[in-house]
Amino acid sequence: MAHGEVKHDYHLVNPSPWPFTASIGAFVAAVGFVVSQKGLVADANNFFFGEGQWALFWIGMIILIATCVGWWSDVIKESKAGDHTPVVDIGLRYGMILFIASEVMFFVAWFWVFFEMTIFHGNRADWVVPTWDATTAAAWANWPPPAVETFDPFHLPLINTLILLLSGTTVTWAHHAMQTGDRNGARNGLILTVLLGVVFAWVQFAVEYPAAGFAFGNTEDITNANVYGASFFMATGFHGFHVIIGTIFLAICLLRVIAGQMTPQKHFGLEAAAWYWHFVDVVWLFLFTFVYVMPYLTMQG
Amino acid sequence: MTAETAHAHDHDHRPSLYDWKRWVYSTNHKDIGTMYLIFAIIAGLIGGALSGLIRWELAEPGVQVFAEGSAITAWLQMDSAHGYNVAVTMHGLIMIFFMVMPAMIGGFGNWFVPLMIGAPDMAFPRMNNISFWLLPASFGLALLSMMVPGNGDFNGFGGGWTLYAPLSTSTTHHGGPSMDLLILSLHIAGASSILGAINFITTIFNMRAPGMTMHRMPLFVWSILVTVWLLVLSLPVLAGALTMLLTDRNFGTQFFEAAGGGDPVMYQHLFWFFGHPEVYILILPGFGMVSQIVSTFSKKPVFGYLGMAYAMVSIGVIGFVVWAHHMYTVGMGLDLEAYFIAATMVIAVPTGIKIFSWIATMWGGSLDFKVPMLWAIGFIFLFTVGGVTGVVLANSGIDTALHDTYYVVAHFHYVLSLGAVFAIFAGFFYWIPKMSGYRYNGFLAGLQFWVMFIGVNIIFFPQHFLGLQGMPRRYVDYPAAFEYWNYISSVGYAITAFGVLIFLVTLAEMFIVKRKAGDNPWGEGATTLEWTLSSPPPFHQFNELPVIKPDTHH
Repeated sequence: MAHGEVKHDYHLVNPSPWPFTASIGAFVAAVGFVVSQKGLVADANNFFFGEGQWALFWIGMIILIATCVGWWSDVIKESKAGDHTPVVDIGLRYGMILFIASEVMFFVAWFWVFFEMTIFHGNRADWVVPTWDATTAAAWANWPPPAVETFDPFHLPLINTLILLLSGTTVTWAHHAMQTGDRNGARNGLILTVLLGVVFAWVQFAVEYPAAGFAFGNTEDITNANVYGASFFMATGFHGFHVIIGTIFLAICLLRVIAGQMTPQKHFGLEAAAWYWHFVDVVWLFLFTFVYVMPYLTMQG
Repeated sequence: MTAETAHAHDHDHRPSLYDWKRWVYSTNHKDIGTMYLIFAIIAGLIGGALSGLIRWELAEPGVQVFAEGSAITAWLQMDSAHGYNVAVTMHGLIMIFFMVMPAMIGGFGNWFVPLMIGAPDMAFPRMNNISFWLLPASFGLALLSMMVPGNGDFNGFGGGWTLYAPLSTSTTHHGGPSMDLLILSLHIAGASSILGAINFITTIFNMRAPGMTMHRMPLFVWSILVTVWLLVLSLPVLAGALTMLLTDRNFGTQFFEAAGGGDPVMYQHLFWFFGHPEVYILILPGFGMVSQIVSTFSKKPVFGYLGMAYAMVSIGVIGFVVWAHHMYTVGMGLDLEAYFIAATMVIAVPTGIKIFSWIATMWGGSLDFKVPMLWAIGFIFLFTVGGVTGVVLANSGIDTALHDTYYVVAHFHYVLSLGAVFAIFAGFFYWIPKMSGYRYNGFLAGLQFWVMFIGVNIIFFPQHFLGLQGMPRRYVDYPAAFEYWNYISSVGYAITAFGVLIFLVTLAEMFIVKRKAGDNPWGEGATTLEWTLSSPPPFHQFNELPVIKPDTHH
């Protein structure tokens, strides 16, 4: 490392093992996933490479999770050591905004699929697919396909919308409390936000999903419209996954607030978690509008 | 001068070349850039060897190299027509994701963006290293994918670099683990590039030295800035498409399966929404490097600096709205085709601005035909050829006839193999004295240029004729009518391969003879900040930030 003559405020990070361990973890987890689905050796009982074995995948995931813990602990240590000067802080902000931008583009892909299905289903009805009979082809003249029983959006989904919007206000409460030095307010706001996040995920994954009137995977029944279930569950499922990530992020911030690591002047971790939370919130509003409400209303018509 | 005081202090702190932790644990943008360049050279040799198998096979009609039991391919377990398709697929993927991108963005971008804007390092030095280290993991998965069953008992995925559904999702044709490994390989490569892109944008926005306004940044920095924006906005869409392939293959969804109500054409839309920005990702850093080099060896500031910068910005923006010109034959409506033709043609405008500005930079300049300048002028000439055939292909009427023929292969190799790769060599010979501290043998490097210039043109120019005659891509065999130009093309490969050999000899010679390069081997034309530092630069440069004055050349 450079010595005392450094005359700038940038952060020259010390050498770190985490990028390399992350690479190892990603490689092992990826191979492990393929092993679980297809197997890399003929013998299915092979603990590491047999089809259906998840050992390698979880080894990789443990390496990745350990990397995350080690890496972000280092970041917290560096923050305490004063490495995050104002200019570095601005850099962290750019980084978080760009990360969220890339996440937005990830959801674009899933909305793209959904809109393609919504808008152009009529074209598909004209296709000549050898395995389709007249009923199947006719099913595609409608979206969602007739066999699909959509959710009533003004039931559980509306409740979830309100839960998420409410959590948006509680996280803002926590942020403003932190800015004005009210640590108890920040703590209480965060506790509520985390709880609301958990409730949302629970309602979605444990209550709503099992009640779905359509399937995720291939049910052999084409009129049941695999693609509706697939695009619905992948889009809302990835959102739910992001809710869980955001909840963990906020929970870590909560612990850091309780530990006294955040000050009115310096609490970027909390702000980043709040930005992420609002992003998840906005994605949900789009999902609610276009994936829940719109198909439901057009079905009524 | 700040730089001298900095490096006088800093030489002592440079870790040993043989300290493994220096590389594995690195948080130094120059060391990480060096690892990227070495990685790109290795991947390039592997990808180049695959194209050698392709050209060897196509040297004459009939199936020889990929015939069952044929010596080399049997050793690689690729002795089948499927093996040929795997070679074609992996050649494309390796050259794009593991050669051109790591060399241009990871290698030169990492090395010279911080130097050119007067920054001590990247904004996130540790994240910089994960961007690099994810690549060997990704490359490992891609190579593993070649060695495990893909199509029945045949190893590897053979559906082309675009991974089109339904071939890539078909359990009967690619049911093996090979395709799944390839999907995850690209997922990880994508994560690597997204993290790298976030790092570059933050560095360029936040760490420019005092006085280094956006409109005073060197054009190479501008080119990287536009490139990484394309990465951040396009790669996640590919990630979504790849995830759909994965669930279609493993979890029973049918996004791209017509029999289940899905739509294979939708995969093409998602893929090319990424894929078209991707081809600009491959070429834009080359634009930046050529601008620096042409200016240096003309001893003039680049002509129309702002026009050059904003031409790249507009190429990037328009690059997002032209993707379906890769899909003219899927049966979209004529109105849609008309739009995509018009939008595609519009890109010729900013590209033309760049070509003419490079020529105008040379016009009246004091030209010095050093090796980097040879490559840069070669780039301008050959990229223009590829651009012109691109305008031809932009017309859906003509493309309907030429789609998936060797005309298309010739076109994209003129812009990539003779465009992007020439730019990489230009950048390499421009900056290697700065990076290594040594000068190379000008005769050997010049010889390599001429051998490769002749070689690649002999490979790819005849492929225009083959395409116009109707020879399709991705076939292991062809009728005797196509024999003549195919043979010539394969001879061109042999010449090019000899050129690559000269390159490796030039490299070895440079590191053995160790001629000191000095701070600025190119003289007064080289005005950007990296030339104010020692060669190689201190381990941590700009401990005291340089101050940029308004009259500084770009």
